[in-house]
Amino acid sequence: MSKQSQQPQSIFNAALLKGALRDSLKKLDPRTLWRNPVMFCVEIASGITLVTFVMSLTGANREPAWFTGTVSVWLWLTVTFSTFAEALAEGRGKARAASLRKSRTYVTAKRLDKAEFGQNYTTVGASQLRKGDLILVEANDMIAGDGDVVAGAALINESAVTGESAPVIRESGGDRSAVTGGTTVIANSIIVRITANPGETFLDRMISLIEGAKRRKTPNEVALEVLLIALTLVFLLVCANISPLSIYSVKQAGHGTPVSLTILVALFVCLAPTTIAALLPAIGIAGMDRLFQKNVIALSGRAIEAAGDVNVLLLDKTGTITHGNRQAVTFVAVGGHSERDVAEAALMASIADETPEGRSVVVLAKEQHGLVRETPQDAEVMEFSADTRLSGINLAGNQYRKGASDSIIAFVRKRGCTTVPGDLTEVVDRIARGGATPLVVCKGSEILGVINLKDIVKAGIQERFLQLRSMGIKTVMITGDNPLTAAAIAAEAQVDDFLAQAKPEEKLRLIREYQEQGYMVAMTGDGTNDAPALAQADVAVAMNTGTQPAREAANIIDLDSNPTKLLDIVEVGKQILMTRGNLTTFSISNDIAKYFAIIPAALLSIYPQLGVLNVMRLASPFSAILSAVIFNAIIIPMLVPLALKGTRFRPMPAEKLLIHNLLIYGVGGIIAPFVGIKIIDMVIGMVV
Amino acid sequence: MIMYDWLQTIILFAILIILTKPMGIFMMNVYRGECTFLSPILCPLESLIYRICGVDRQEAMGWKRYAWSMVLFNLVLFAALFVMLMVQHLLPFNPQKVPSFTWQLALNTAISFMTNTNWQTYSGEQAASYFTQTAGLAVHNFLSAATGMAVVVALIRGFVSRKTASIGNFWVDMTRSTLYILLPFSIIGAILLVPQGVIQNYSDYKTVPLLQSTSYDRPKVDHKGIPLKDTAGKPVTEHVPIQEVTIPMGPVASQEAIKELGTNGGGFFNANSSHPFENPTPLSNFLEILLILLIPASLTHTFGLMVGNTRQGWGVLTAMLLLLVLSLGSLQWAEKSGNPLVSRLAVSGSNMEGKEVRFGLAGSSLFTVATTGTSCGAVNTMHDSLTPLGGLVPLSLILTGEVVFGGVGSGLYTMLAFAIIAVFISGLMIGRIPEYLGKKIEVTEMWMSILVILTAGITVLIFSGIALVTPSAVASMSNPGTHGLTQVLYAFASMANNNGSAFAGLNANINFYNLLGSLAMLLGRYVPAIAVLAMAGSLAEKKYIPPSLGTLPTDRAPFVIWLVLVILIIGALTFFPALALGPGVEHLMMIG
Amino acid sequence: MKDIKPAILLFIIFTIICGGIYPALVTGVAYFLFPKQAAGSFITDKSGKVLGSTLIGQPFSDPKYFWPRPSATSDFTNNAMASGGSNAGPTNPSYIRTVSDRIKTLRDTGVTGKIPADLVQASASGLDPHITPESALLQVPRVAKARGVSEEMLIKIVAQTTEGRQLRFLGAPRVNVLVLNHALGS
Repeated sequence: MSKQSQQPQSIFNAALLKGALRDSLKKLDPRTLWRNPVMFCVEIASGITLVTFVMSLTGANREPAWFTGTVSVWLWLTVTFSTFAEALAEGRGKARAASLRKSRTYVTAKRLDKAEFGQNYTTVGASQLRKGDLILVEANDMIAGDGDVVAGAALINESAVTGESAPVIRESGGDRSAVTGGTTVIANSIIVRITANPGETFLDRMISLIEGAKRRKTPNEVALEVLLIALTLVFLLVCANISPLSIYSVKQAGHGTPVSLTILVALFVCLAPTTIAALLPAIGIAGMDRLFQKNVIALSGRAIEAAGDVNVLLLDKTGTITHGNRQAVTFVAVGGHSERDVAEAALMASIADETPEGRSVVVLAKEQHGLVRETPQDAEVMEFSADTRLSGINLAGNQYRKGASDSIIAFVRKRGCTTVPGDLTEVVDRIARGGATPLVVCKGSEILGVINLKDIVKAGIQERFLQLRSMGIKTVMITGDNPLTAAAIAAEAQVDDFLAQAKPEEKLRLIREYQEQGYMVAMTGDGTNDAPALAQADVAVAMNTGTQPAREAANIIDLDSNPTKLLDIVEVGKQILMTRGNLTTFSISNDIAKYFAIIPAALLSIYPQLGVLNVMRLASPFSAILSAVIFNAIIIPMLVPLALKGTRFRPMPAEKLLIHNLLIYGVGGIIAPFVGIKIIDMVIGMVV
Repeated sequence: MIMYDWLQTIILFAILIILTKPMGIFMMNVYRGECTFLSPILCPLESLIYRICGVDRQEAMGWKRYAWSMVLFNLVLFAALFVMLMVQHLLPFNPQKVPSFTWQLALNTAISFMTNTNWQTYSGEQAASYFTQTAGLAVHNFLSAATGMAVVVALIRGFVSRKTASIGNFWVDMTRSTLYILLPFSIIGAILLVPQGVIQNYSDYKTVPLLQSTSYDRPKVDHKGIPLKDTAGKPVTEHVPIQEVTIPMGPVASQEAIKELGTNGGGFFNANSSHPFENPTPLSNFLEILLILLIPASLTHTFGLMVGNTRQGWGVLTAMLLLLVLSLGSLQWAEKSGNPLVSRLAVSGSNMEGKEVRFGLAGSSLFTVATTGTSCGAVNTMHDSLTPLGGLVPLSLILTGEVVFGGVGSGLYTMLAFAIIAVFISGLMIGRIPEYLGKKIEVTEMWMSILVILTAGITVLIFSGIALVTPSAVASMSNPGTHGLTQVLYAFASMANNNGSAFAGLNANINFYNLLGSLAMLLGRYVPAIAVLAMAGSLAEKKYIPPSLGTLPTDRAPFVIWLVLVILIIGALTFFPALALGPGVEHLMMIG
Repeated sequence: MKDIKPAILLFIIFTIICGGIYPALVTGVAYFLFPKQAAGSFITDKSGKVLGSTLIGQPFSDPKYFWPRPSATSDFTNNAMASGGSNAGPTNPSYIRTVSDRIKTLRDTGVTGKIPADLVQASASGLDPHITPESALLQVPRVAKARGVSEEMLIKIVAQTTEGRQLRFLGAPRVNVLVLNHALGS
């Protein structure tokens, strides 16, 4: 899949519409439609009107055929609109799935017997690979299935899965050993142990998820459906009850006709919560699709809903809250040296240091003191080693070093220094307390000063956390730092809590603790040692760069491996739930206007007094009923964009959000049909 | 006039709200098994009862066992009353020698009292002996009320419990409800009513002379009871002079107190609480309204206390009060406006048909709203003779599930079911999987809440539909046209919601209403009650989720208003056509 | 099944407590504290003969008595053995006819102007012992004429018999018809 296809697709793209139209007709099959009980009832109702239409034609029904016919057409349209909405949502997924599937055609694999390079291999089709098989993948080969690298390291293009064209490194051992079927090796060779049978691979699962083929109703969807079914049943009985009511009333009033079957059926369809029932499947599918646009794959709809409900986020400090790397922000002189001296020594000690920290020292020296140096030819570079825990260069007899305070002190002591500057300890402590890392700089046996290396909190992250807090979501920073540093960064980023010197088992314990207290916990992870915690978390987002166990334990995969995605996932989860709630409210609110349109029309012949209920002043009983039916039908396609995009999410406290949505979808839901039905009635008046 | 109407109303609410807190605390202590000021007297009695019955008060029940115990106990209630009514003529305390009930009437009455409905198709002073009234009907008044209270307490425990299967012990809840709450307050209520003139005796009916004698023409009947007709086909009548009247007696005060306190509503006399011996003064009327509302209102505070946030209880109470004020205002307005068909005959004042002078408009309206907002069903005003829109008020209060304070227990659990539906929709609207009082609302809770709030409505729709096309059912109407339709609708609404009041012109003592009505009462009582217990079981097993900023607060104004709207909208959508064709058209006809 | 035993035994125990002890206790206390009210608020003449209950309205149709509210009890009006209202619906044509007839009866006695509703609409119990003071005053001319006494005297008696709002705010002002008519006789 190219980057281009991830641009939000226009909802009404011609090819998509055509496919959706075809599928929507297929979905009218009662054997599949019964899975949506409300629309199934509407289909039966449509069938009944078809019969009354035929009876009108043959004269067995005294209602005019144009009326029963039109009602029947619009009721069938109502059902079709609903299947169309679902088909359209699925269609968008299918288009993506198709491009994914393309990447797997005709893949062959080089099967090995032993995990050693230089052996003979047999060429087999990808479909013949089984769990545990070993395959050799060389440059420009496509990896035939999911697996772990057991030997070698290679540069891999994963754009087929992630859409990201920058190649990534995969190597045996460690946390970067997982490879995905369908991706391509660009350089080097690796041997991969297959971890999934054909049809069960990550790509396969993704395809079926995106297509919606394996989509199961989430518990919340089922609960909402319970409400919708109950309402449908009630309205069915209400309409059935109107029959005896009108028969009795005709007898008592001595004139008029009992309400006809066509009108009862039309009323039923108008009252039944068709709007939400028609769009319910589309909302869920579209939600997954929206996440996919953000390069996030949810392995179940349930996981997204849970994400909407999360109230504790466990966030890794590095990469999520801070930029991955520490950066030099100031030079602090000690022992009476000038800051420029420190900068110069620091620059020299870092000039050959290609780590981000080292580069940031060079940049800072240039920015603050205009110092620029080339790496001298005759310099002896001292790389960081676990032994000395120092780095720097030796140049013209001068030994420039930077490192942790105790390492540098040991270093200068060895070179004959007897007195460490008195203010060093104080400076080092001050910097550490501030959540930064003090790197002491020395030249030969003399300690010049300290580099203040700081974790830079990402711009805007505080606002983000503030928003989360206002939504009732607690953020917890997870870091391997010492508590002092962690506390300082936590305070700066304004997270609610932090876990310092975190070990995997402590993460797991923390999650359990929160869950015990009733919180829903989300976390991101990538390493194998994160797997238990991921499995425990309610919403577990695994980085695509992560290991296979981590991905197995997660229920959401982030293809971009960008930890801040968690926030997007929460948002989409909320959007799905909100869209459901808002459309339900809208659907039910609509009924008020429909009653005012249909009841006076249906009963006018018995009690002319009921004309006062015709508040919309609709032209005639027939056009009143038709207008309500038509409004009820066309509101579905009109709301399809809303269902597919989701209602806009604004972070605000629950109560404010409720009032806001009630005003739009509740009050709006009451007013809209009054206006809509009146307009349709006027249009009918012009046509007829 | 208007000033006095509202003064009485405001004072009533003020007293009610003042009583809610101590009464709520008291009931919480009762259900937590803690000591109350009554414990010194009642504790030994309670222990004795458990010992006799073999009840282990520590034993916890799962919801199924709790529900089974409830059903079993109610079966015993039914069987005992049914038999008692069938052999009434053989039992003592029957000074008027009243005969036994027919089996259909006995069935209907036994079910009616067991289900806390107290729908009566017999006339108390003519058909029931003192033994039936006290040892039968009054006992059911206590025990059916206690059943409702036990069910709601189980539900509250469901909210409070964390990850447990137990929702309490039915026998203990029953016993404590009756012994500590219903009995003491009935005694107080009865003794307060007597000085107002509510009678309390076991005397024979008393015959007194008339100051001015009167007479009437009685149709002559042959030995088979068939009216005789003369050759012209006109009924033959005989002139009967009347010099004295018989005034019925009985232990009324004791009956009256529990009938209101337990929101039962079965009248000692046919005229129910409009009868001067049941409700002789404006003050007795005031007391009776207070008794009706006392437990249902206070239970909201008990609920708040038990779930650990009294604001939740006050929130529910506020929603109830809002509905009450809305209903009361509408009713008073409709009745004050009077009946144009009568006022154009040069008659002044509000509609007085079916009302008593002593209560005034406020006393009548308050009682009417209180009795139908709860599942009481006692009446001091004949609802049948209210103006169409006036009659719409009690009818709507019943049809919306009697949640304006509601029946003892049943009102609160129905309200909580509504709250769950309201929470569900509003929870979605704010983007969360809905939760109420820290418990996630999932499929089980939805099913059960739906059963609680829709069973009665569905029963009404089906049964009233059947009635309107059944000739014998239509023939029972005492008023023609739209009003007859309302009578039938009201009858099934009242029975299915276990209210018991009636548009009493309908002759409901025919097999159709006795039998179908019995079914309606059973469905309306036990389907919701068992659903509530199932929900309690499901809730008890869930973990507790602490509220956060993202949780919708259910104890604040927006949710309370939303809850009220949900109740009104569900009610209106379900009954719009029926109400339009009944009271709606009648009103339009009346105003011409 | 082990729950059958408590079901039956608990029912029996509560029948004894709530159905036997409770009403008996209330009866005892009531007779001790309020014997008159508990027995039915009967009034007697000087010789001790029971004249009726102040709470149970009696039928009057003679012009020399104040008339009570219309009553819909069966057989005859204010029949204490058949308490109940008319249950007439507000638009029932036969009910409107009944009201018209009552108005006509009153008009025949010389009543002019608006008639208070309580005098032409039936009470809820059929035994309502009261009428509104307006309704009583409306009847004064007729009673005065039939009895040959002055209207002023009757108005005074009506005023004496009128009960105000209970505790000054409850209910409505009212006149007890039976008490008023007995007061006339003396």
